[in-house]
This record gives sequence, C-alpha cells and structure tokens, in this order.
Amino acid sequence: MNEVKENVLKMENVVMQFGGVTAIDGLSLEVNRGEIVALIGPNGAGKTTAFNCITGIYQPTSGVVSFKGENLKGKSPDCITRLGIARTFQNIRLFSNLTVFDNVLIAKHLRAHDNVFTATLRLNLKEEDRMRRETEKLLREQDLYELKDEIASSLPYGLQRRLEIARALATSPELLLLDEPAAGMNPQETQELTDFIVKIRDQYHLTVFMIEHHMDLVMQISERIYVLNFGKLIAQGSSEEIQNNPEVIEAYLGGSEDA
Amino acid sequence: MKYDFSRKKKRDAVLDLLLIAVVLGICGFLEANKYNYSYAISIIERSMIYAVVAVSMNLVNGFTGLFSLGQAGFMALGAYVTAILTIPVSQRPSVYYISGINPLIANLSAPITLALILGGLVAAACAALIGIPVLRLKSDYLAIATLGFAEIIRALIAAPMMDTITNGSYGLKSIPGFSSIFQVLILTVVSIGLMVLLINSSYGRMFKAVREDEIAAEAMGINLFHTKELSFVISSFFAGISGGMLAMFMRSIDSKTFQVSLTYDILLIVVIGGIGSVTGSVLGAFVVTAGRELLRFFDEPLTVAGVSIPLFRPGFRMVIFSILLMVVVLFYSRGLMGTNEFSWDGIFGFFRRKRKAVKAEGR
Ligand SMILES: Nc1ncnc2c1ncn2[C@@H]1O[C@H](COP(=O)(O)OP(=O)(O)O)[C@@H](O)[C@H]1O
Ligand SMILES: [Mg+2]
Repeated sequence: MNEVKENVLKMENVVMQFGGVTAIDGLSLEVNRGEIVALIGPNGAGKTTAFNCITGIYQPTSGVVSFKGENLKGKSPDCITRLGIARTFQNIRLFSNLTVFDNVLIAKHLRAHDNVFTATLRLNLKEEDRMRRETEKLLREQDLYELKDEIASSLPYGLQRRLEIARALATSPELLLLDEPAAGMNPQETQELTDFIVKIRDQYHLTVFMIEHHMDLVMQISERIYVLNFGKLIAQGSSEEIQNNPEVIEAYLGGSEDA
Repeated sequence: MKYDFSRKKKRDAVLDLLLIAVVLGICGFLEANKYNYSYAISIIERSMIYAVVAVSMNLVNGFTGLFSLGQAGFMALGAYVTAILTIPVSQRPSVYYISGINPLIANLSAPITLALILGGLVAAACAALIGIPVLRLKSDYLAIATLGFAEIIRALIAAPMMDTITNGSYGLKSIPGFSSIFQVLILTVVSIGLMVLLINSSYGRMFKAVREDEIAAEAMGINLFHTKELSFVISSFFAGISGGMLAMFMRSIDSKTFQVSLTYDILLIVVIGGIGSVTGSVLGAFVVTAGRELLRFFDEPLTVAGVSIPLFRPGFRMVIFSILLMVVVLFYSRGLMGTNEFSWDGIFGFFRRKRKAVKAEGR
C-alpha cells in the first residue's frame, strides 16, 4: 500500500479574459485520484469559468489545463468528455423534453461502437441492447428507475439534479465536476447529497471536484479546498485550515456564513 | 397486466394490417380506374412526394433543431439529375433542340431507382459542402445560407452556359412518369421508413439531444458539428429523392419549379403537421395539397345573382390559404400532431376523450 498521489487534474497559471474582464487570474491547482476537492468563493469569483476552462467550453487565454498529464489545449468539450471528464451545470441542463431513460441513454452512446448505417438498419442491436442494459442498471443504482418514462422537465428540482449527475456518470468518467450540486436544497436534502457524493465516489472510483456554497457539505467531505476571490486563488488547504484563514473569513465566510 | 399488454399488441398488429390493406385497396382501386380518377391520383401522388420532403425537412428543423430553408434547392438538384439520367436517349435531341446537348451526358442514362439515388447523393454532397462552413455558426446563419444556396442553384440551372445540360429556361421535358401509383407509394414508404428508423435510432437520439441543449449534448460527448452535418446531409439526400420524384410526377421541369415558394410550401406542411412529428408531416402533406386543390374554387370567377364578385379571381385562393395558415400558427401553434406520433392508443384515446366531452356537455 504505497500512498503515491496520482495527479488527475492540473491547472497551471490559467488566465481567462473576456474582453477587458479577467475572470480568472493565474489559477493553479491540482486534484489527485480518488480525492474530493472543493472550489469555493463568492459569487462572480470565477468558479464556473474555471470549470468551463477545464471542459473546453472556453479556451483559456493563457496557462495550461491537463488531465492525467495530457494537455487539454484546443480540445473540444465532446473530446474532453471522451477522455473521462464529466460535469453537471450550475443551471441544470437536462434534455428537457426527453424521458429520464433517454437522457441517460444518450450519454451512453459515447462509448458505443456503431455508425449511422448500422444504427438506422438496426444492425447494431447488440450495442443498443448493451446501452439499454447499462442505462437500466445505472438508473436502478441511482433510484431513478421508477421514473424512467417521465419527461425530464417534469421531475422536481432535486430529482433533476440527481438525474443530471446520473447522466454525467453514464459517460463513464474518471473525474466528475459538480457545479453547485446543492443549490436550492434544504439542509436535509443537502445532507443526503453529501452522503451521495461520497457513495458515488467510492462506487464508481471517481475523483470529484466540486463548486459548492453549502459550507457543511464542503467541510464534511472535501479532502482539500481551494478558495477563489476575484479570479485569484486566495487560500488552499484542509477544511480546518480554510476555516481559520483570516483572509478567507474576510473575503467569503465573514459576510453571510457563520463559520 | 402482461396478458393485457400482449392483447393490445395483437390488436395493434391487426389494425396495422387493416390499415395497410385499406391503403393498398385504395391504391389498387385508383390504379384500376386510373382514367376516371386521374385528378385524385395526381393529388395523392403529389401529397406523397411532398410528404417525403416534409419529413426530411422535419428531420433537420424539428428533430435536430436547425433552421434550414434549402429544400427547394436540394429538390432541384435531385430533380435535374433524375431527369437528365432518365429522359430516353432517343428523345433527347428533341428536348435539347435549341442549344444541343452536352456530349458528356448525351448517352448517360440510368434506371429510375438508380437515377433517384444519384440525385439524392448529389444533393447530399452539396449539403455537405455548405454545411462545413455554415454549421459551425449559429443556427440562424444556416437559414440564410441555405436560402441563398437554393437561389444560386436556380440561377445556375437557368444560366446560359448550362443550356446544354439543363436546357436553360426551356426546362426539361419527356421525363418518364411513374409506372403506377404503387411506384410512388413504395418510394415514399421506403424513404420515410428509413428516416423513421434513423430518428428512432441512437443517432436520432443524438439529434434530439442537440436540439434540446447544445452545451449539454457536447458535455455528453456528442460532437455538435458532426451530428448537425449528418442530419443536414441525410435530410438533403431525401429532399433530392423527393425532387427526383417530383420531376417524374410533373414529367417536365424548369428552374421556376423550384422557387423559394416551394420551400415555404414544405415549411407550411411541417408547421401544420407539427414540428417534430413524422406522422404530422405526412398528414400535413395531404391536408395542404388537397386543401390547396379544394380552394381552387376561389380562383374561379363567381357570379351571384348576376353580380360578379370581384375578389374571386386567380390568386385569391392563395390569400385564403395564407389566412388559414396564420390562423393555425396563431391559435394552434403545435400543429395537428404536436410532437406526437400516430398510434392506435392515441386514436382510441382521442375518441374516448371526445365521447367523454360529448357526455359531459349532454348533462
Ligand atoms: N462568457 C462570458 N463573457 C463575459 N464575461 C463572463 C463570461 N463568463 C463569465 N464571465 C464573467 O466572469 C466572472 C466570473 O463568473 P463565474 O465564473 O460565473 O462566477 P462564479 O461561478 O464564481 O459565480 C463574472 O464577472 C462574469 O461576468
Ligand atoms: Mg458559478
């Protein structure tokens, strides 16, 4: 049992500018295999922008983002998902008019071997069958199977969040990025989500990198925490270190939270 | 539960067979009496041809969420390729009597099915070329680019330097017609059948994912450009096929056959039928084509008690038609079918609801 930390995600000096606005200003961070790491900071700090730089929605103005040592520069979002990074969105983005089942099934196609001819002429029945079985299995594991025929947008908010996570898992990721997964949840739901994140991390052998505002959640399960303010990293460390860091309290916790 | 389910399946299978028998019966009857029913046959054949192109337009606009307005252009390509390959070689000198025929195509001919497929492939190839620059942009650009493309195709067809191929403004005549209504039926069923299979396949699901949310689709590993290009190219292929069918139906074509108004007609069909419903497009094709013929009445001069009503003159029917369309779009914007597809359950449900409503009113 040697505890060598394998680096999964690495951001080095990443800068992201929009016109004159510098949303991220020299961000460097690392996430190691199997960890749950949190990215916190006040609204507008640049957290979502950081996720968008990792997943290829934005190309950083400068700096390097790498996944398992591979530079992600110039790669499109679908390509990055294929490499093993999946994400959820701060404002849920489901395929609203499709069923719960189809939402997950679509994500399964990423690892399928078929083409438009075999699919149209139904020569891919084996693949189709495999995708459907895996979707069913995943939905059962996520307690969503009873809802498989519901239209995604008809689900209550909390279940939509769960479905979005299930859909991300369907791409068989190694690194899961969660953008404010507990947004809009009450304390009890938040506690359930906290346990849920740990559970899926262990069950699917994931590395989790999450943006979150609920401090109980963050403090309970994050191995390490990064704090962003105005696009700059102002602190990093364990939950105790962050909780006792005066700069963080000043910038973030001081205002509304009673940490 | 299980028993009930299989009984329903059986019922649906019986009803399916019945429907097929009725359709074949009607077609057989019309075919046997084709001299008495030539008008009805021509309406039905045109409806079927429009159904093919309407479903193809729905594939891109309804299922993939792109806004393409190039249907007439792709139909023109399919039509001209089909016409050039199928006009009997012996008749070509008389068709091209003004400027002669290009020696390259003088003896080039193909059987009908092959000619149609080649027409579809030419349309698909052009779509692929337009798609490469345009589909990377936002969807609005596609509408403008495809509309422009269709007009360019029309201009090229009518251009003097194309005279020895397209016969310029004189158009192409002596295109062999369909051997029977069954030929149209088979081509229509196969074309639409393939598109339905595609829509319900794993690729069809990806089209819908792109329609629903491009960013989420990308995050699920779907390549936006490839997926859009695929849908656009396949749609154009079938638009080309339907153009070839239209050429065979009309027996003579020229560049004016494929004006923008043709695209608008198809768009109408798609909207009236329901954007995102294949059965809606098929139904819409019949309703619009037949409706247009019924409204012909308004184009005839009308004299009531010796006074001729000035509104009733050629063109008035299109005014009525446009008003009807506006009413549909304003008050019934989901079209006849919404995004639903035909199913026997749906039919029974519809009548059950109707009966309930009538009962409720009766009380
Ligand atoms: N596409 C964009 N164009 C211009 N500015 C942007 C864009 N995306 C984000 N920003 C800006 O970047 C800053 C950080 O936003 P964001 O990353 O969403 O913050 P957070 O997720 O931490 O609340 C904000 O000032 C926002 O206005
Ligand atoms: Mg954010």
